[in-house]
Amino acid sequence: MAKRVDASNVTAYYGAFKAIENINLTVEPKTVTALIGPSGCGKSTFLRSINRMHEVLPGARVEGDLTIDGQNIYDRDVDVTAVRRMIGMVFQRPNPFPTMSIYENVVAGLRLNGVRKKSILDEAAENSLRSANLWDEVKGRLGKPGAGLSGGQQQRLCIARTIAVEPQVVLMDEPCSALDPISTLAIEDLMFQLKDKFTIIIVTHNMQQAARVSDRTAFFSIEKTGDPGRLIEYDNTQKIFSNPSHKKTEDYITGRFG
Amino acid sequence: MGETPPRSANAGTGGIRVAPGHGQPAGASARVAEAPVSTRTPGGGDLGGGGGLPRARAFGAERAFRGLTLAAGTAVLVIIAAIAVFLIAKAVPALRANTANFWTYEGWSPNDTAPEFGIGTLAFGTVLSSALALLIAVPVALGIALYLSHYAPRRLGTALGFLIDLLAAVPSVVFGLWGRDIFVNPVRDFSVWLNTYFGWIPIFGGDGPFGKSIMLGSLVLAIMVLPIITSLSREVFLQTPTANEEAALALGATRWEMIRTAVLPYGRPGIIAAVMLGLGRALGETIALAMTLGITFGISFNLIENGGNTIAANIANAFGEANDTGRGALIASGLVLFTITLIVNITARAIIYRRREFTESAA
Amino acid sequence: MSTTVANHPTRPPAQPATLRARRLPKYAPPVIAAAAVAVAAAVVYGTSIGGPVLVVAVAALLYLAGLFAAANAVEGRRSARNRTWSALIHSAFVLAVLPLASVVWTLVSKGVERLDGNFFGTSMNNIGARDANGGAYHAIVGTLEQVGIAALITVPLGILCAIYVVEYGRGRFAFAIRFFVDVMTGIPSIVSGLFVLAFWVLVVSPVFNDGRPGFSGFAAALALSVLMLPTVVRSTEEMLRLVPAPLREGAYALGVPKWKTILRVVLPTALPGIVTGVMLAIARAAGETAPVLLVAGGGAAINLNPFENNQSSLSLFVYQQAGDASKYAPARAWTAALTLVTLVLILTIAAKLLARRNRLGR
Repeated sequence: MAKRVDASNVTAYYGAFKAIENINLTVEPKTVTALIGPSGCGKSTFLRSINRMHEVLPGARVEGDLTIDGQNIYDRDVDVTAVRRMIGMVFQRPNPFPTMSIYENVVAGLRLNGVRKKSILDEAAENSLRSANLWDEVKGRLGKPGAGLSGGQQQRLCIARTIAVEPQVVLMDEPCSALDPISTLAIEDLMFQLKDKFTIIIVTHNMQQAARVSDRTAFFSIEKTGDPGRLIEYDNTQKIFSNPSHKKTEDYITGRFG
Repeated sequence: MGETPPRSANAGTGGIRVAPGHGQPAGASARVAEAPVSTRTPGGGDLGGGGGLPRARAFGAERAFRGLTLAAGTAVLVIIAAIAVFLIAKAVPALRANTANFWTYEGWSPNDTAPEFGIGTLAFGTVLSSALALLIAVPVALGIALYLSHYAPRRLGTALGFLIDLLAAVPSVVFGLWGRDIFVNPVRDFSVWLNTYFGWIPIFGGDGPFGKSIMLGSLVLAIMVLPIITSLSREVFLQTPTANEEAALALGATRWEMIRTAVLPYGRPGIIAAVMLGLGRALGETIALAMTLGITFGISFNLIENGGNTIAANIANAFGEANDTGRGALIASGLVLFTITLIVNITARAIIYRRREFTESAA
Repeated sequence: MSTTVANHPTRPPAQPATLRARRLPKYAPPVIAAAAVAVAAAVVYGTSIGGPVLVVAVAALLYLAGLFAAANAVEGRRSARNRTWSALIHSAFVLAVLPLASVVWTLVSKGVERLDGNFFGTSMNNIGARDANGGAYHAIVGTLEQVGIAALITVPLGILCAIYVVEYGRGRFAFAIRFFVDVMTGIPSIVSGLFVLAFWVLVVSPVFNDGRPGFSGFAAALALSVLMLPTVVRSTEEMLRLVPAPLREGAYALGVPKWKTILRVVLPTALPGIVTGVMLAIARAAGETAPVLLVAGGGAAINLNPFENNQSSLSLFVYQQAGDASKYAPARAWTAALTLVTLVLILTIAAKLLARRNRLGR
């Protein structure tokens, strides 16, 4: 299921503004990789270019190669929707579809892909909700609107919706920044379980979180405002947090800047 | 002093109570706004009673100003009531004089010595032309609104949206003139063609003449309400949360699937309200239809033969030669139109209010 | 908490086997379009059932069907749907632009014919059916006076009403006012005309008019007021609600009474927005024909006094000239229509630009 992600010389633009430059990085299957760095360093931009969500914004484009198990997702004959089905994404703010019930939210991706059989949908819904540690809390009210859940539950619902289509890679863009500590803990637990099955890449502002959940950590930074973000250091999480090779990384994780 | 005089003290009772600190329930709803008034109350007293003290005058002005705004607010209710009262008062004598059944009689001769007039054909024409107009305009309007909000480049979408807003402001008499002088020619050709090849279908049957028909009226009406519905639904579509659109795209949705999963369900109440407002406009439209319909009396589903009439168009056409009873009859028909549009509008408002609550609770 | 991650033995249905997708080549849509036109032309002209318009209509349908079929065969059903809906949405746009462009084009091309000094300087008084002259001076005067009076009535009334609803009103009564303002928005213009006819022209004005019904420009202004009032109230209400609370509280904290705060602080802050709403209301009222037709009486001569005798208006002038049998009437109608649209659009554009420049709290 899980796949390896290879980025080489990835550069991304917003119109004329270069947001990230020449990112080279390899993510191994079934690991959690954390992207950290100060605000505006391009880590979210990089994350969004892994499933081609970056280009949704007007004027945004990506250069360079990004391959999933050897297939370049930016090749001309690649189907964008297939890329996004293979690489799921969880956003900063929980965004369940407000007009849909909990059940409909979870199976939305499958329905889009033409799955109509109720037994398959039911099974997928239960499995995904169980995997997202949400099943016990919502099994009695699957028909209720998803927007009625608490923030943490909504975010787990969004995770369930993402893993229901069984992607190979799951991208998480600061998934806990809008949540309280208890919900955050629940989602961190969840990431541990999910990495048995998925390759996970997470952007986070919270360095303790990066240290707790990730196997490898990539540190992004910028020289000054207006400059493109660059990858400064990429290594095992333990190494980054105990003995970083770069002065900048050390400054950042010890709280001297950023 | 912290006490606040109850609202009723200012509005209802004749003299102002110099409120000592007794707990009044109205204090609960008091806002910051009232603080200055209440601090002045004890020293101020009544309008005339306070003499030349500046504080007293300030309080008097407050009361006068509030009374003025209250009167203006009440004026709205008075106007609505007056509309109903005067229309009914003028309609009743004419309805009494009517020698035919007002609901079923097919014809309009209220100026005769034995007045005969019926609303049936007119109401039928009003509903038929509005329904056809919406049937044509709504899909096209939603298409354009989606094009402007989700397909066109952003700059172009904004510019064209502005243009659509301007078209919504073009007076109906201009559309009527265009329909009567220009658009009638292609519609006549099309009607003849339909009649030749599809004449066996009753709605396209008849022997002519063709042109100033229900079809022309409905098409002109459709073109008129198109900008209104487009403008409102474009706004609704633009309000779709980006987060929901991105969620759909991240699940691997195509653009159309994203619109179907995120945009349309979110905008549904807004679309319904826009359509209802368009319907209200179409039902009440007068001049454009008076200029493009054939003005006949009789219930017919034939769309292409000269003919068709609506309540509003009939008022404009028949007003010139109406005598006293004739005017009363027209006012009676206006009362029916007023009632129909009232129902449509109240339904639309109810939907909008529901939507407002919905979006507020979701936020 | 359940800790097992469910495992599927089989490949989940949602996952693609490959990222690569077969695509319709770029040249496919134009080729399909050309083929559709060719087939449509062959069918239509072969059976001689119609002309070029029918060819276009049939070709459009064939193109949609062909595009769906081709995309369905090569790219799959989802992409085919996406393409077809895309084409439909674009064609909706084209379909609507055609008549609207025709309206604008006709308006300008026919309107310039009589765009001369005579048109703006004379009335229709003593203009016979064979007279090519005649103008809309009396109608322009009528429109300006009627709309002006209507604005004088509605602006203070509407603003005060909005102030009551926003600043003072509480409970059911204020809710009733808000609700009925909404209801008033939907009153058809002809009904407001009938109301003024029943109320002013036939009942009140005969009292000081020797018992004769008093058709006048003022009556038209009353009818237009009924139409403008809800627009003015609603837009003022919205603007007042946007005035930030700290601004009010700042004034209260200085000991300024509420009415003064409203007049000196709240209203000036909301003023640009209110002006926008008033201008839009005026623009809409200026274009109304039906109420003026019922209560102003029309008339071909210049009448500067809105309170006595018949008056015309630009929109009524258009309607009357359109119904006139003279061969010179249509040109006058179109020029008057062009004048009217210009007036309305200037007001609308100015209002929108003003609204864009002053976005309270947005």
